[in-house]
Amino acid sequence: MIPFTTLTGIAAPLLRDNVDTDTIIPSREMKSTGKTGLAAGLFAPWRYADPASRAPDPDFVLNQPEYAAAPFLLAGANFGCGSSREHAVWALAEWGIRCVIAESFAPIFRTNCVRNGVLPVELPRAAIAALAGRTITADLARQVVEGHPFAIDAEAKAMLLEGLDAIDLTFKHRDAIAAWQAADRAQRPWVYLETRA
Amino acid sequence: MGRTLFDKLWDAHLIAELSGTSALIAIDRVFLHERTGAAALKSLAAAGREVADPARVFAVMDHIVDTRPGRGDGTLMEGGAGFITETRSACRAAGITLFDVNDPDQGITHVISPELGIVLPGLTLIAPDSHTCTQGAFGALAWGIGSSEAEHAMATGTLRVARPRTMRVTFTGRLPAGVTAKDMILRLLADHGAGGGAGHAVEFAGEAVRALDMEARMTLCNMATEFAAMTGLIAPDAATSAWLEGRRYAPSPLPDWSDLTSDADAVFDAEIEINAASLAPMVTWGTSPGQAIAVSGTVPQGPERAHDYIGLAPGQPIAGTPIDVAFIGSCTNARLSDLRRAAAILKGKRIAPSIRTALVVPGSGAVRRAAEAEGLDKVFTDAGFEWRMSGCSMCFYAGGESFPAGARVISSTNRNFEGRQGPGIRTHIASPETVAASALAGAIADPCGGAA
Repeated sequence: MIPFTTLTGIAAPLLRDNVDTDTIIPSREMKSTGKTGLAAGLFAPWRYADPASRAPDPDFVLNQPEYAAAPFLLAGANFGCGSSREHAVWALAEWGIRCVIAESFAPIFRTNCVRNGVLPVELPRAAIAALAGRTITADLARQVVEGHPFAIDAEAKAMLLEGLDAIDLTFKHRDAIAAWQAADRAQRPWVYLETRA
Repeated sequence: MGRTLFDKLWDAHLIAELSGTSALIAIDRVFLHERTGAAALKSLAAAGREVADPARVFAVMDHIVDTRPGRGDGTLMEGGAGFITETRSACRAAGITLFDVNDPDQGITHVISPELGIVLPGLTLIAPDSHTCTQGAFGALAWGIGSSEAEHAMATGTLRVARPRTMRVTFTGRLPAGVTAKDMILRLLADHGAGGGAGHAVEFAGEAVRALDMEARMTLCNMATEFAAMTGLIAPDAATSAWLEGRRYAPSPLPDWSDLTSDADAVFDAEIEINAASLAPMVTWGTSPGQAIAVSGTVPQGPERAHDYIGLAPGQPIAGTPIDVAFIGSCTNARLSDLRRAAAILKGKRIAPSIRTALVVPGSGAVRRAAEAEGLDKVFTDAGFEWRMSGCSMCFYAGGESFPAGARVISSTNRNFEGRQGPGIRTHIASPETVAASALAGAIADPCGGAA
């Protein structure tokens, strides 16, 4: 995973509440069992005036030339709600979004961001509106965007800063996991199932 | 100080504290489906990692399977067969138990997991599916995650989880006749918003929750994700054990789960109280599940975009709004009791001639067989509904099968987002009773005999 330290670029405003993952990438745009080839389906219902011909809707923010390479997406409350599909983050990242700034995030989407090197930042609504269209900088180590401090869990911060793989990190706890399972197996044997023939 | 049910489940699975509020939490069960399962298993294998304990990982074909009788691996969605065949081969390679397309136990993840006793009180269970919170109805800590987290859980038997705050939603009093768990959760969403549960694990409690049967409790917990909560939880009781007794993967005898309740002196970070006796049948008017009103109510002033999409103006009564499609299905409301209640309204009647499509998609093969044994399939088909095989079906649009362009749908599902059921499709979420009553009327109608 690419580490996230600081990021500077233009901030594309999509200032709507409850933007759901069906809209970020509709199910019909998930055409393979891989994690790539998804950027073409990003925001398909809003990006394309005609989903069939893929004629772009010029009014949609990411279709405007000044935002075509924006690494920041600005949004409203409860961004990424709905389906757990990680494809939503894969599509955003493939498009080039590395930081989403929203009033709040749906919990599954937030974790999916962190697992893919995308920084989720929560700021008050008014602060987000003031960033629209500007070239801005996010500094994760200092936890600040253009003078606005933001909160992030220490675990997520460390993983993003260092580009760490969560599974590798957890394997460092192998002995603790094995010891916990051995004790648990004695306490709750009914939890553990045998492989069926 | 006493502990909440959530605290007890968390503490019982705590392997190590990590930095911040995060901890390494043991995961007892993983459930995959074909839409994201193959991706997770393929990615895991590509990284040279193995499923640590395949006996505790299950998979099912539910999301994009064809629901027309006589189905095979082919899907109405273009390219969908690849998801099915790749999931099948990946499950075989990993030694995971798979409920395949035409397996008698096939069905929607959150319907079959309880049916088979895979979810149990006191377990942690995760699935790359947001509605995994449904299974919190059994007093398990069950929540939806993404593909990376599914890989992590399969490889390590754990997840790194930021600890949520706790919330209790207490429904006091008793529900009026004809008012259901669906109406309870829609009321909560209407009053507190689709982001109202953000950052919290929500325990549902109170007299009206205790009085719900297990299937209704699942409906209630199902939409905790629509509340932006990590999950919903209901403390197990005698009804829980009675429901699980003899299920295939449930232990015999069942363990004593009586400690799995919030202590009397437990303190929650947030509390909400709702008087169940004041509730009425609900329906969504807009494009967020929080945009819900009583069926007898009028459309409020909401975001302009929502009014434009749904085509309803502020101040207009929602009852009487003509509908084109009626859909009964999904992990929210497609269990046997849901079908019985809808069938009771439809029995001996015909849907309105203006209804262009009416579908019933049972939550599982077992639900379908049980319903057929009672003759419910006949009631539905006599009324003008199609009777399908189990799957997620038109709860969401994957391409291929679709409703008529621009259709207005009354739906027993969980999401009314723009385009959720297809481009331009306008979705109104309600209970199966309200779907049935509306199908008869050809317009949104109160199943309790109110307006329209």
